[in-house]
Order: sequence, then C-alpha cells, then structure tokens
Amino acid sequence: MRALAAAAAIVVALALQVSVFSHFSWAGVVPNLCLLVVVAAALTRGSHFAAVLGFVAGVSLDLAPPADHVAGRWALALVIVGYVAGRVRRDAPPTASTVVATVAAASFVGTSVFALTGMVLDDAALGVPDLLQVIGVSVVLDVLLTPFVLPPVMGMFRRLEPDRALA
Amino acid sequence: MTKEKRWRGPGGPKQSPGLLVALVLACLSLMALDSTADGPVDGARRAVGEVFGPVEVATATAVRPFTAVPDWFRSKDSMQDDLLQLQAENSQLRSEVATQDYDRNRLAEYDGLTAAAADLGYSLVPARVVGLGPSQSFSHTVTIDAGSDAGLRPDLTVINNDGLVGRVLRVTRSTATVLLIIDTDSVVGGRVGESMEVGLLHGRGDLGNDGRLDLELFDDTAVPSKHDTVVTWGSEAAGPYVSGVPVGRVTSVYSSLRETSQRAVIEPFVDFGSLDLVGVVVASGTDSDRSVIDADGTLR
Repeated sequence: MRALAAAAAIVVALALQVSVFSHFSWAGVVPNLCLLVVVAAALTRGSHFAAVLGFVAGVSLDLAPPADHVAGRWALALVIVGYVAGRVRRDAPPTASTVVATVAAASFVGTSVFALTGMVLDDAALGVPDLLQVIGVSVVLDVLLTPFVLPPVMGMFRRLEPDRALA
Repeated sequence: MTKEKRWRGPGGPKQSPGLLVALVLACLSLMALDSTADGPVDGARRAVGEVFGPVEVATATAVRPFTAVPDWFRSKDSMQDDLLQLQAENSQLRSEVATQDYDRNRLAEYDGLTAAAADLGYSLVPARVVGLGPSQSFSHTVTIDAGSDAGLRPDLTVINNDGLVGRVLRVTRSTATVLLIIDTDSVVGGRVGESMEVGLLHGRGDLGNDGRLDLELFDDTAVPSKHDTVVTWGSEAAGPYVSGVPVGRVTSVYSSLRETSQRAVIEPFVDFGSLDLVGVVVASGTDSDRSVIDADGTLR
C-alpha cells in the first residue's frame, strides 16, 4: 500500500515535470518534483525508505522519454539525496524552515551529483559557469515549489503509517 | 537526550549502511550497462516509454487548454484560425526566400536530370510535442505523440513550419523521443545555400531555448558570409536527415589559426522554446494510424 502510493506519487511528479512544468521553465530548468517527493519521504519515513524511493524515482527519470542521458545518473543523485535528507530528520515534526533548508540542500546536492556524473562520464557536459547557473536556478525553483508540494506529500506518507511516522 | 536521538538516525541504531551501498552499486552498474552500445538498458527504456508515453500524452492533452489560455484571451477562435493560417503562410514564404539561393543552384545542377521528382517522394506524419527534457539533464530532447503505430522508426527527420527540428532517437508504440539539433550530441550535415559548400553542424547545447549551432566547413578556403542560409545536406536513403531542409542563418564567422577550418555560428530558424506541432518525414506510402500529409499538400 505504502509502496503503491509512493510509486503513484513518483508517476504523477514525473508526468507533471515533463509535460506541464516545461511550459513554465526558467532558462529551460523546471522544478524537480521527483526530488521533492523523495525529500518528503525522507522527512517523514527516514533515510532507508527515501533511498529506495530515490532509486525508483531516479531510474524512472533516467528511462522515461524524453531522457537520453546515461541511465543511472539521476538514480545515483536521488539515492544520495534520499539518504542525506533522511539523516537530518529530527524527532519532532519538522518546522517550515527545516523543510525549506532541507529542500534547498537536497536540490543543490542532487543537481550537483547529476552534473558531476555527467562530467565524469563525459555525457553532454557543459562548462562550469553553465552548470552553476543550472544548479542555482533549480535550487530557487525547488524552494519556490516547496510550500505547494511538500505539505500534501508529507501528509500522505504520514497518514499511510501514522504510528511509525510519529514515533 | 534529544541530541543523542537525533544522531542515532531515524531507523534506530540497528540501521546498516548495506542498503545504501547496494543502491549506489546498482546505480553504478546501470551506468556501466548503459555505456555499452545496445545494452539491455535500451529494452528497459522502451518498456518504461511504453508506460510513460501514454501518461505524458494524456497529461499534455489535459493541460493544453490551460497552457493555451493566454492565446485564448488574446483572440477569438476565428481570429486564432486566421492567425495560424497566416503564420503558416508566412513561415512558408520565409523558408522559400531562405532557400532561394540553394534552390537556384540545385536547379542548375539537376538541370537535365529527371531525378528531381524523387525529392517529392516524402510524406509528413504530423505530431505534437508532449514532453520536454529539463535543462537539469543537460540534454535537449522532446517526446512527441506519434510512435511506431504512426509509422515512425529511429533516424527519421523531424521538421516544423520553420525548418529542421531534429531526428527520432527511439520509438515506442505511441510516442517517440526526438533529439533536437541544438543538443551537443547532434551532428547534422549542412550546406551553405549560396556557395553550396558542405560541412558539419554541431549543437552547442546552450541553456534555455535560444540554442546555437556551430558550422564547420570541410573546405577551409570557403568562408560563409553573414546571413547566408544553411540547409541540410542530406544523406543517402538510410541516413537520418533528408536534404534541403532549412536549418538556420549564419550570424558570425571566425577562423582560428590552430584549427584548419572555418567556423560559423548558426542561428536556427526553429524557435525551440515554443515547439508544438512538428512533422516527421516518412517515405510516401507509409502505413500510419493518422492522416499523413503527402508531398502535394493533400491529406491521406
């Protein structure tokens, strides 16, 4: 049930990211909704679950059309994001500022890891100034989308298994 | 106490790093698998595409009324139709003007040959763009809503009213992935319309939608001049690009002492930011699940 809901969230996020938000892109960069879902999972369910979900979301991003980069790059980025974001979870429910800070850090780490693997694999790599611009824009966009995406998704993960999430 | 709890991590003390290591190794092996040509990843891509393609088509169809809201506010339906018609006419005239030099030269070359009719032997499968790859992925690819059911296969030319868009990379039943010519992986054979010199067009992979191309001519004594039009050079039947499709205009030329050839920067005619309706060039007579535009402009 929980896995099913998480998979559904990933599919919805991916479809929106590819087909809807591309109309509102900023320098071609769109909000990374899959990353936001992984962070939401990390903040409610911990790093274990989030790392697995990150892997699933990343592989979908890598394989679903119109992706054409070397498969596994987004998977690696989102596994790391899920794991790291899960480690900063605290015992009390996260405050708004913690959520925003976590999203900003996760977005920075995720996009950077993806860009670095591209450099290592020599897969459509750009110059460093362009990379920094993309990373900066995506952090801003992800933070802007946080108030609309994180509360409902975190609420969903919490409701699916209330006692463990609140423990 | 709180501090202790915080650093113990969410999963409790018994949480092992084994899972993380396994996932990272899975990612790395996926990359290794995909780096080899024709690996099993292509099959996985197709399978995922079969599932996500219809989802993307449905999503794009569902939001099209909303993304078109600004247009709707600007003009009524009838005006909209007039506008579209005029735009189409306009870009057709523009591309006629743009390829005039090329056409004149080619006419001279083909004079006496009856083979020119072969150039009309193409049909267009119309399709709409339903998904765009984000700049975060550093590649310029789009999904269109026509696939193998519509008669598409990899390595077909994709154009729109203004000129060359790209080529088909891979197809699923209902969708196809198109590599845009502004991607860094894209190489197109180009010909300067005025001098008939040939060269290679490389995408620069610029950010955003105002992409540029680099033209490198084979003949290092030939210097393209500013505002020259570049069209596709075209390869034999099996090749990905048909010949004579307008690509762009030369905006600047520079030569370096270290490199032996001239480089020109090309501004493409196609506006990649507002890419919507495109046509895929197929051989005439191709079976398709939709009406195909034939060379003489009729629908079939």
